[in-house]
Amino acid sequence: MNVLVIAEHNNDEILPATLNAVNAAKQIGTVDLFVIGNDCQDVIDSGNKIEGLNKVLFCNNKVYENPLAENISTLIQSVSKDYTHIFFANTANGKNTAPRLAALLDVMIIPDVIEIIDHNTFKRPIYAGNAIATVRSSDTCKVITVRTTAFEKATFGEKEAAKIEILSSEITNLTKYISSELSKNERPELTAADIVVSGGRGLGSSENFQILEKLADKLGAAMGASRAAVDAGYVPNDWQVGQTGKVVAPDLYIAAGISGAIQHLAGMKDSKVIVAINKDEDAPIFTVSDYGLADDLFKAVPELEKLIK
Amino acid sequence: MKILVPVKRVVDYNVKVRVKNDESGIELDNVKMSMNPFDEIAVEEALRLKEKGIASEVIAISIGVTQVQETIRNALAMGADSGIFVEVNDTLEPLTVAKIIASIAKKENIDLMILGKQAIDDDMNATGQMISALLNWPQATFASKVEITDKTAKVSREVDGGTENIEITLPAIITTDLRLNEPRYASLPNIMKAKKKPINEIKVNDLKIDITQKLEILKVEEPSKREAGIMVKTVEELFDKLQNEAKVI
Ligand SMILES: Cc1cc2nc3c(=O)[nH]c(=O)nc-3n(C[C@H](O)[C@H](O)[C@H](O)COP(=O)(O)OP(=O)(O)OC[C@H]3O[C@@H](n4cnc5c(N)ncnc54)[C@H](O)[C@@H]3O)c2cc1C
Ligand SMILES: Nc1ncnc2c1ncn2[C@@H]1O[C@H](COP(=O)(O)O)[C@@H](O)[C@H]1O
Repeated sequence: MNVLVIAEHNNDEILPATLNAVNAAKQIGTVDLFVIGNDCQDVIDSGNKIEGLNKVLFCNNKVYENPLAENISTLIQSVSKDYTHIFFANTANGKNTAPRLAALLDVMIIPDVIEIIDHNTFKRPIYAGNAIATVRSSDTCKVITVRTTAFEKATFGEKEAAKIEILSSEITNLTKYISSELSKNERPELTAADIVVSGGRGLGSSENFQILEKLADKLGAAMGASRAAVDAGYVPNDWQVGQTGKVVAPDLYIAAGISGAIQHLAGMKDSKVIVAINKDEDAPIFTVSDYGLADDLFKAVPELEKLIK
Repeated sequence: MKILVPVKRVVDYNVKVRVKNDESGIELDNVKMSMNPFDEIAVEEALRLKEKGIASEVIAISIGVTQVQETIRNALAMGADSGIFVEVNDTLEPLTVAKIIASIAKKENIDLMILGKQAIDDDMNATGQMISALLNWPQATFASKVEITDKTAKVSREVDGGTENIEITLPAIITTDLRLNEPRYASLPNIMKAKKKPINEIKVNDLKIDITQKLEILKVEEPSKREAGIMVKTVEELFDKLQNEAKVI
């Protein structure tokens, strides 16, 4: 079995999601990494040192500065015949590109894999994680996105894998990248953080979120939110945790003023320890929490923050 | 400009689903079904483009068992002009759905297709991207803002770190994220009117598409349950548990 893992990076560094995908891929067979980007020599050089890789393919070209699915999918297609499996992390980029590639190859995408049974058989959550499906693929090349929280990260070593340059392929002029507005974030990345502090509609305003942010900063935590908090404009979109937002599984997840709708639980119920602070003692969030505190968050959160050194 | 909106009938998002005892799937008897929430947003966006005079016609399409026609009727009641129903009784996967919709889009001279980013039953998040590949059209997934002028669409997309803005040339595919718009409710007069709007049935056999599943579902099981936790009385107790029992801070 030969597996190709598509690297997730920002042209400066390899993002942690890549390391989860590599480790998942190792369960199948020999793993090559494909770095597609522009001015991304550092990514190639560090990707090269991920433990256990066979080869690193790269295409370092200005047309790949921004990962448009149209261009990336045809480029991956051009090398696909050497592989039995192509793995992506289930990031926004992975979700955008992997199904497009699968259709080009006339295979069915296998999204959001949480467990690899054998090279044909996988487990994936459906219905917001309320059920787990075991699926078997009959395709010759399997295109997969892996749920990063379900796999450990590969580590970096000393040994360097061989590097192979791949030439750019057909470029579309029908889609143009214009700009990005990335939210500035001094905190750890939400999906990779050890601790996540999340707030919901119970916070009431974006100003009030500062009490949670103080707690997060003391803990070195990332900030998350429910959809209701995002929709109300309290916090940016990319903080949303849930079925249709980000999936997180930190060591500690603190939910304050979040009721615990199934769509929210879908994104955090695999966290190791869950703390819920909600003034409604019947809130469904308490059914998944390890430690529940039925109290007013405006009182409890600052108190907790003070106790932490 | 003709807009095609694929709509899927799914278990309503408020229902707590149950796995069947024989682990063959989800219990669907007597369960409330609705239009996939992302597809309501897709219909809404198409209707707004029509109301602005940008689109001339909005067609809703659904593929599946005979009851999916109810979902098409919902779209018609919201304001879509007509529907297309493709009856398939076998289990469908996004690749098959994409092939069916792509072949119909070609015949109907569609200029723009708006889909949900994800169906909340299978959570695939794949069909729009697959149709784009099959038609070799540009794709703008996870859209939170769409502006159309002439033959191009400027789309803001929700990506991991924030928002990305791209420009695509029509014909193209857009998939909706939750924040694109707030879908309308169908008014009673419009529900009545919708009963008279046409739904054209297309036979899947006439499309000459292989509908065998490539990704077979072997088993559907309950997720592992979390062990019940405890309620603490005070913040001090919580702090103590986190520090000394769970050892996470
Ligand atoms: C298709 C679809 C997809 C969705 N995807 C997601 C998703 O990915 N992520 C997500 O989060 N949601 C998602 N949702 C929305 C979800 O259904 C809920 O509406 C949402 O999670 C509710 O957010 P909330 O818990 O913040 O708000 P609410 O349900 O309003 O809960 C607020 C809670 O705060 C508590 N509270 C209020 N004041 C205080 C106080 N002073 N102290 C302590 N507690 C207080 C209340 O008791 C209440 O429990 C989705 C919905 C749909 C239809
Ligand atoms: N059977 C179907 N009939 C019509 N549209 C569908 C069907 N299945 C999926 N779709 C469309 O594709 C989107 C994404 O679905 P999925 O790829 O299954 O997550 C949905 O939001 C619908 O717009």
